[in-house]
Amino acid sequence: MKKLISTLLFSFICALALPLAGYASSGASLEKAPINLQDRASLQRGAQIFINNCLGCHSMKYLRYERMAEDLGIPKKIVEDNMMFTGEKLGEPMLSALNKEQAAKWFGTVPPDLTLEARLRGADWVYAYLTGFYPDNKRPWGVNNHVFPDVGMPHVLEKMEAQMGKEDFHKSMADLTNFLEYAAEPTALKRQRIGVYVLLFLAILFVPIYFLNKEYWKDVH
Amino acid sequence: MTEQKTKGFMAWIDARFPATKMFQDHLSKYYAPKNFNVWYFFGSLAMLVLVNQLITGIWLTMSYDPSGTAAFDSIQYIMRDVDSGWILRYLHSTGASAFFFVVYLHMFRGLMYGSYQKPRELVWIFGMFIYLALMAEAFFGYLLPWGQMSYWGAQVILSLVGAIPVIGDSLVVWVRGDYLISGITLNRFFSLHVVALPIVLLALVVLHLIALHEVGSNNPDGIDIKEKLDDKGKPLDGIPFHPYYTVHDLVGVVIFLFVFLTVVFFFPDGGGYLLETPNYEPANSLKTPEHIAPVWYFTPYYAMLRAVPSKVGGVMIMGLAIAILFVVPWLDRSPVRSIRYRGLASKIGLALFSIAFVGLGYLGAKPPSGAKTVLAQIGTLTYFGFFIAMPFYTRMEKTKPLPERVRMSH
Amino acid sequence: MTDEPVNHNRRCLLIGVSSVVGALGVAGAAIPFVQSWNPSAKARAAGAPVEVDISKLEPGQRMVVEWRGRPIWIVRRTQEALAGLKGLADQLRDPSSEEPQQPKYATNEYRSIKSEYLVLIGLCTHLGCSPTYRPEVAAVDLGSDWAGGFFCPCHGSKFDFAGRVYKGVPAPTNLEVPPHRYINEHVLMIGVDEGAV
Repeated sequence: MKKLISTLLFSFICALALPLAGYASSGASLEKAPINLQDRASLQRGAQIFINNCLGCHSMKYLRYERMAEDLGIPKKIVEDNMMFTGEKLGEPMLSALNKEQAAKWFGTVPPDLTLEARLRGADWVYAYLTGFYPDNKRPWGVNNHVFPDVGMPHVLEKMEAQMGKEDFHKSMADLTNFLEYAAEPTALKRQRIGVYVLLFLAILFVPIYFLNKEYWKDVH
Repeated sequence: MTEQKTKGFMAWIDARFPATKMFQDHLSKYYAPKNFNVWYFFGSLAMLVLVNQLITGIWLTMSYDPSGTAAFDSIQYIMRDVDSGWILRYLHSTGASAFFFVVYLHMFRGLMYGSYQKPRELVWIFGMFIYLALMAEAFFGYLLPWGQMSYWGAQVILSLVGAIPVIGDSLVVWVRGDYLISGITLNRFFSLHVVALPIVLLALVVLHLIALHEVGSNNPDGIDIKEKLDDKGKPLDGIPFHPYYTVHDLVGVVIFLFVFLTVVFFFPDGGGYLLETPNYEPANSLKTPEHIAPVWYFTPYYAMLRAVPSKVGGVMIMGLAIAILFVVPWLDRSPVRSIRYRGLASKIGLALFSIAFVGLGYLGAKPPSGAKTVLAQIGTLTYFGFFIAMPFYTRMEKTKPLPERVRMSH
Repeated sequence: MTDEPVNHNRRCLLIGVSSVVGALGVAGAAIPFVQSWNPSAKARAAGAPVEVDISKLEPGQRMVVEWRGRPIWIVRRTQEALAGLKGLADQLRDPSSEEPQQPKYATNEYRSIKSEYLVLIGLCTHLGCSPTYRPEVAAVDLGSDWAGGFFCPCHGSKFDFAGRVYKGVPAPTNLEVPPHRYINEHVLMIGVDEGAV
């Protein structure tokens, strides 16, 4: 029994060590982004900001409008009317209309697809990036960024920041970061929900299996 | 000896195929030592993970596209568009790491209890070939997501092949099938990963088990249970594998699944160690990631490679580190098998070896530095020292007297 | 370890419970594998309903669009064509559309929602060739009895102006009518049923 408990404890600690290992190696300390994938209102606001300001240059080619509508709880009609401007169908992926050659000419590089950005950089970095623009007249677009030195992107949201004021702008950037975090793994919440049921089932299965083993091993001396 | 005749349907089968005989020879009348402890779970767990990889792998192949242009996209297709595709993917990616976790512990058991000693040398050798095949399988499989880490990890390892004098460079072109790692390389790695190596692995596992069953399992006390038989000719300290170890292994399976599925459903990225962050970007031959490291299960050997200043030397040391494992049955001169009855030298040796292996693993995952390189060199020397000194300390140390009968742990 | 005799009842119970719970687990584990075979979001998007603008279709004209990889015909039938549908019953295999080759709203005499517009899947029900559109009555190669409709060149199957199959030809059933509805006077949507959102 003692062996069993120590084995269970050991294996569980092993499993927990993995995310801790991740935090240990995260390097520079970034402010924790206020992510909450359960906050649908925030995700919806973030989606609208993305579509209005970012989709022009940055595609989200792995995310389909229909899927976003379902996951965020937005009625299909509203998505079609307010979020789709280039005649695609609901089931199609969110692509940018930007011409690749022109983009390369204007920005020096094609603006990257952003579907996986939050998983590539981490939500904290994304939030720091969005709130990290500052004026720099040595740069072609007049801005630079604290976490992405000499970035080639203009501060597209400059006007929004000026109109909203810093605090509200940061709240909006939290919404946008939240949306990007969702887009990087739309199944995250479902995964955790199913995971609970799976572990619960295994805990239940353990009982008869454990006693079955004990019962047979009564024969062994 | 009169065999019990089966009736009806099974009689029809048994007249044409040794079904009942095989069931008896390998399960219900196959005697295993009764004193197996926690360390003896990892063999059956390895089989479980193998089955997981095969089944999830088959299903992933249904939706994966092995072309350079579509591979990365097809992974996202699986994660988002294919119904429940994300479960299949996470089971496979976590399973790959789980495989090595389980196999390393399985091998450690072998080292600890001297399971490689006569008459089980061949079991150990087949096992080592399985380890080699597994490493190759993981290497080929890792290119398939076609992310930045996939691409550049393969680039680094292939350039090691280039270190071979005279033929190195042509060999690299031959393996790649192109002048750089491209969709051509991806396609052939796909075939090797999905078809060739799984067949090789399955064949080796079968050979491994046949060799094992021919001589019977070792046990934590390292004594031979076949030396003490009852009046029916069965080992006094043995019990039929079925039902005793089938139900026993089931307990291990459920506990393992609990831990494994916790990771799958709650920490599939594994803090960047199971799904590496740079791989969330498609492969780009013109842009090198900041920090290239192999997946965690290769990092001990990577640390050894980097510890040696010369490229050719590093490759040789890496190869030697794996090759030397093959000959352990002949390096070990101890009259006893299990660490329980060995002297202090073996215990210290095994402890230092384990610390060195884990330490090297940690160092291999980090970017190199002056201090880390020195530590890696110490680790490498310790690793090799364990094996090179083995013929001496195993013969010289004082061992404890072996028990007559096995010791049950509970 | 005890010396009591083997409690068979207890063992049976434990084996039973373990097996049942275990089987549930296996069934649960099988679910994602089975589900993954369903049409993916990509397939569903490609197979999504198709909107067709029929405002430019002339009487007697047929237009062809694609839905789920199949040719869909929209024919604007003339009054003569519609009149010619009556009286053919004894020449047809399934004049009243009893076989399930059309949605409920197309089991009428015209096999359509609006009598003027015929919507069909343009694949012969014999072996899948796409029949030709033969609106001309009493065409030379089809005989003086030909009342207009569709003729399949592969094996000679004949269908009338409502897609109903003639007797004595290889095709066994009427041409299939796909699910469809009218969004407005000019726009037809193929792939959703009448009454669906």
